[in-house]
Amino acid sequence: MLSRVAESIFWMARYIERAENTARFVEVTLNLVLDQPMGVDQPWRPLINATGDDAAFDKSYRVADAESVTRFLAFDKTYPNSVIRTLRSARENARSVRESLSSEAFEQINTLYHFVDAAARAGSQPDSATEFFDVIRHHCHLLTGILDATMSHDQAWQFANMGRLLERADKTSRILDVKYFTLLPSVDSVGTALDDLQWSSLLFSISGFEAYRRHHHMIRSESVVDFFLLHPEFPRSVLFCIENIQSSLAAIRGKSTDRRHKKPASQVTAVLKRLHTTTAKDILAFGLHQFVDSLQGDMNRIGDRISETYFR
Amino acid sequence: MSVSQTSISFEGYAPGNFFDELIEASGHPRPDAAPLVDAINRLPDGDLIRRQAAIERSLHRMGITFAVYGDTSGTEKIFPFDIVPRVVGCMMWRHIEAGLKQRIKALNLFIDDVYNAKEILREGIVPRDLVEQASTYLQPCVGLKPPGGIWCHITGTDLIRDADGAVFVLEDNLRCPSGVSYVLQNRAVMKRNFPQVFATCKVRPVSNYPSRLYEMLRELAADRVSDPTVVVLTPGMYNSAYYEHSFLAHQMGVELVEGRDLVVKDGFVYMRTTEGPQRVDVIYRRVDDTFLDPKVFRSDSVLGVAGLMDAYRRGNVALANAPGTGVADDKVVYVYVPDMIRFYLNEEPILPNVPTYICQRPEDQKYVLAHLDELVVKPAGESGGYGMLIGPHSTAEQRAEFAEKIRQDPRNFIAQPTLSLSRMPTIIDGELHGRHVDLRPYILHGISDTWVLPGGLTRVALRAGSLVVNSSQGGGSKDTWVAAEPGHGEVDTHADA
Repeated sequence: MLSRVAESIFWMARYIERAENTARFVEVTLNLVLDQPMGVDQPWRPLINATGDDAAFDKSYRVADAESVTRFLAFDKTYPNSVIRTLRSARENARSVRESLSSEAFEQINTLYHFVDAAARAGSQPDSATEFFDVIRHHCHLLTGILDATMSHDQAWQFANMGRLLERADKTSRILDVKYFTLLPSVDSVGTALDDLQWSSLLFSISGFEAYRRHHHMIRSESVVDFFLLHPEFPRSVLFCIENIQSSLAAIRGKSTDRRHKKPASQVTAVLKRLHTTTAKDILAFGLHQFVDSLQGDMNRIGDRISETYFR
Repeated sequence: MSVSQTSISFEGYAPGNFFDELIEASGHPRPDAAPLVDAINRLPDGDLIRRQAAIERSLHRMGITFAVYGDTSGTEKIFPFDIVPRVVGCMMWRHIEAGLKQRIKALNLFIDDVYNAKEILREGIVPRDLVEQASTYLQPCVGLKPPGGIWCHITGTDLIRDADGAVFVLEDNLRCPSGVSYVLQNRAVMKRNFPQVFATCKVRPVSNYPSRLYEMLRELAADRVSDPTVVVLTPGMYNSAYYEHSFLAHQMGVELVEGRDLVVKDGFVYMRTTEGPQRVDVIYRRVDDTFLDPKVFRSDSVLGVAGLMDAYRRGNVALANAPGTGVADDKVVYVYVPDMIRFYLNEEPILPNVPTYICQRPEDQKYVLAHLDELVVKPAGESGGYGMLIGPHSTAEQRAEFAEKIRQDPRNFIAQPTLSLSRMPTIIDGELHGRHVDLRPYILHGISDTWVLPGGLTRVALRAGSLVVNSSQGGGSKDTWVAAEPGHGEVDTHADA
């Protein structure tokens, strides 16, 4: 397939995944606030921390509260990673490669964009903010399903899959990194209702609450770290994402013996080896933040290798 | 919504002093349109409006939109669509089809002639200066021999009907005619949203256009390669016709490439893929001639491919349409098409031209300047309805401005009488009103066959009294139904939508 098209599809999927994660983070936080007793610190600042875009936020907003953070993350057209901007980028990418997508997939991206754009144009906060973000999330899931069910699982699909997984792994590791430190002081003490609530919301933010319960029952910091980073079956864990990137790379390589396919594949193999030989205990001993930081460097390098090999 | 309760029917619709495509002066439907008119009259109250709204929603959802140049907000508009289709009787269609085939044959012979033997110029039938000094006459194309001697493979000819219903050719559009994607999509949404009416009228299908197009393109390289790679070349997503480029590539199942995706090496064209470079044999190019190759034409073009003309000249890649066809698309050269038909084919033209005054001719210019308030004045090299003067709708100031332009540069202007274009019932504010229309059929002229898509794009001027149907100037479109030949099996049914 055309290199330009491969790149656009990869980024289209990345942007959609980014929008979905942002929508979910905001939705989970809105729900958490509803359950929180008065006087407890509001959990909005960590959401900005998780984006890594604190400077952009502080330039335009004075305090981090429900209103300002929702506006910034969802509707701010000057902020490139807001939901509206990432969806616009996704749609621009989709438009430029429309003929390589199924018609259903393009229509779904178009519908989603218009849904959020209409809300952004309306200016006021949506009547039910949680429901609004819930609908965005559903639209994104629908797109993933449409891509899965209406496109050949050919190279185009594999590039979309890699874009989605790389973005997802990045977001999963970021939210763990940021929230872990705001929650940590209370976790070693006896679990009160509040702790449970906060940790549950962290699990909700990767749609992992139910899956976690099934595996671990009790919320413990080590198990949470294991679940986010090293779980082999949960589709938002970093390990799961990277393993599936490996499968997509193998599918793209096919039967080709061309040596150029080696570069991204060997980078992925190196990261997987590291994840397979590490335990949550090791990670906590090493320092979670340091570990996540270097993991994100590794993932950026996977993206770079894919780009050098296939998009140039 | 109160409007949804309005009943729409043809009772009370009067064609007035115009030729109406559906309704005769007596107020009765024309015979071919009778099943359609009856079916619409029988619809429950508000039904037609509701279906019209449903169609607009689906066009928006499908993203069938175009960008308007000069509109900086970047908003895309849907090309307005009107649900009441045009019906073309099968006898009328036979006439149109024969006329279009004749015309494209002569035009191709003309283009091939002016870049090679130049017989028509030597015979003095078309003035030599007119051709050789036209900006659309491309020196790098002199002496070229495209596959099968065919230059213009894809044409979208603009036809109009006058107050008596006679058909005239208004423009030939031999460069990169657009709009065929709307024909196909209009039909698809009509079938989805209006199946009952469809079932009662026997309409010829249009959905095989992409496969016809693909076969025609493939054939251009068939003598060189056993399994040719065909691509569509687009200027990119910011071009106003991008949707169509993408649609046609998708429907044909070929790659949609931009100039930056292609590279020429050792006289062959390759596209950059995830597997490395891949040979390209046929390019359906939707990039203008002079942007195709910065080495040969405009050196500032970033839309083209350096070395493309060299590969083309060596016969290693086919281009459709060939570069250089614009010379026959000039509005002054247009005047000579009937003479070309007589010269090359020894036949009388089946479809006449609209009478045209050439401002370069002193006697014509005098007449034009004295009758600006009655005439339509057009620049010779423009397309898309830009830079026109419509005399009867113009102000004294505009006429003075055009008079000056004509005196300054007579070669660049022609004038035509303001024809009373035929009209069609069209939904305006919940009622049927007569609006002027034209028709753009599409012709595929390949090595082994010439084929006219049965139907075409009916464009409608939505503003009351307006004669300008271009989408850039507030025009909309309608589905065009060509009635099936009696006893013929090939009929569009809603079942295969």
